[in-house]
Amino acid sequence: MKYDFNNCTELLKLCKKYNLPISQIAVKREMELFNKTKPQVRDKMKQIRDAMWDAIQKGIKSTEKSKYGITGGDAKKIYEGTKNMGNLLHSKVAVRAMAYAIATNEQNARMGRIVAFPTAGGAGIIPGVLFSTWEHMKSSKRRMLRALFTASAIGVAILEKGGTISAARGGCQAEVGVGAAMAAAGVTEMRGGTPEQCINAAALALKNCLGLACDPLGGLVEVPCVKRNAIYVNVAIGASDLSLLGIESYVPMDEVADAMMNIADNMWQGIRETALGGLAITPTGIKIREKMGLKPLPKKFHLKTCKDCNKCRL
Amino acid sequence: MKHSLFDLAGPVMVGPSSSHTAGACKIGQIARALFRGTPSEAKFTLYGSFATVYQGHATDKALLAGVMKLWTSDPNIKNAFEIAKKKKIKYEFIPHKISTPEHHPNTVRIILSNKKRKLSVVGSSVGGGKINITQINNIPIDLEMIAGRYFSLLVGHINKPNLLNPLYGKLIDWGCPIAGKQTFSLKKNSLTVLSIENFALKLPQVQELEKMPGIEFVRALTKLLKF
Repeated sequence: MKYDFNNCTELLKLCKKYNLPISQIAVKREMELFNKTKPQVRDKMKQIRDAMWDAIQKGIKSTEKSKYGITGGDAKKIYEGTKNMGNLLHSKVAVRAMAYAIATNEQNARMGRIVAFPTAGGAGIIPGVLFSTWEHMKSSKRRMLRALFTASAIGVAILEKGGTISAARGGCQAEVGVGAAMAAAGVTEMRGGTPEQCINAAALALKNCLGLACDPLGGLVEVPCVKRNAIYVNVAIGASDLSLLGIESYVPMDEVADAMMNIADNMWQGIRETALGGLAITPTGIKIREKMGLKPLPKKFHLKTCKDCNKCRL
Repeated sequence: MKHSLFDLAGPVMVGPSSSHTAGACKIGQIARALFRGTPSEAKFTLYGSFATVYQGHATDKALLAGVMKLWTSDPNIKNAFEIAKKKKIKYEFIPHKISTPEHHPNTVRIILSNKKRKLSVVGSSVGGGKINITQINNIPIDLEMIAGRYFSLLVGHINKPNLLNPLYGKLIDWGCPIAGKQTFSLKKNSLTVLSIENFALKLPQVQELEKMPGIEFVRALTKLLKF
């Protein structure tokens, strides 16, 4: 096994040893471990790229609401906003990336076809960041593929290190956080960064997503998932910018992945995709539950406001 | 086990949730592949979080779509009920509120039947589109599949020593390498799972194996490799 890696340090060593970018190491590992030819691996990734682009294109045109009418139509609004930047603070790339991210996740909420990359809840960040940057750079399709391979390689390194991409296990940091880290690495390679810079960008992004709770209203993958994807697009872009400007993450990537699992182990069950804590038990969250016809939450799970306990007033 | 790039990139699926929609669809597909033939009735018993949020996540449509051989990426999953009506498949969903400790939170029991035969499959969706089959015809089994990456041959037979030796002989004659085997038994019935690498059996071959003495059924899970 010449090209196998179990964490980001080994990945970086392999890149230096063979003088190849992360994407090439990832392709070679896949060929070696699963007995595939190069065209097979590339074709599969091409299908995934095209499916992502289809989802974005459908999402930015549609105004259809999701089943319970919670989300829908925001992507179109944002995308039309990019035509006239006016007094927006962000660059056009970032705003368009947010539009693409919301487009993908809205498409997911209304049961459209998307790619779970890395999972359905955090599916917007990678296509958002990568396609928006790709359009801005007028880059080639081949370069896009390479960025996707780099992003997946970072995800594989996190999984092999003992990490997770399931929110039921690690909260939202495992879906959106890992998604942002993968997107940061991918976009850094697309912009011509070295392997060190890619992994550094991933570390910066994941480090700043640690501790994110998964508390969706009514258990639906809609609020806050859809807009959270848009906000964390900016984290990925910011991490990539910082990394290319030469800022280094003080904690290396592998240790950040370990830290994520440590937080996951200590995370309370109620904020791990069970809809029993956080935003899900706010009055708005409970209204959504009623609308969906779920059985009412037991009183002990309801959000306690300051009025309920009079201890501090004594 | 090593993770593939495509565990992260993919699957291409219809929303809204990878474990409640894509995973459910895959359990349905496996039940259909094990049944072989068109069922006239499908009965789904839902446990745990499948039972509480199945309507919001379209788990019911995805399960039925899987039973009707739709892929996880097929936009027609939305119209599963209408397609079932056209194909004259009767369906029923029974949410089972009590979650038993031996089941994963996302678990379903599928019972497919037509005039000739009946089959029950219990499967769990463990996240990110990965699934685990835990029972076939009430025999406890542990069939873990990540996007159907492995090709397996399932053999249901009577619980008797050395019964399968002629079957192995035939497989070796056809040049089919057996990478591993596992047998699960309950009283008189047993189920053997053979893992096979880089070889696909054709339907006449499977039917030939099925005619051997003491063997109840043979099923090849080839089609799921397409993912």
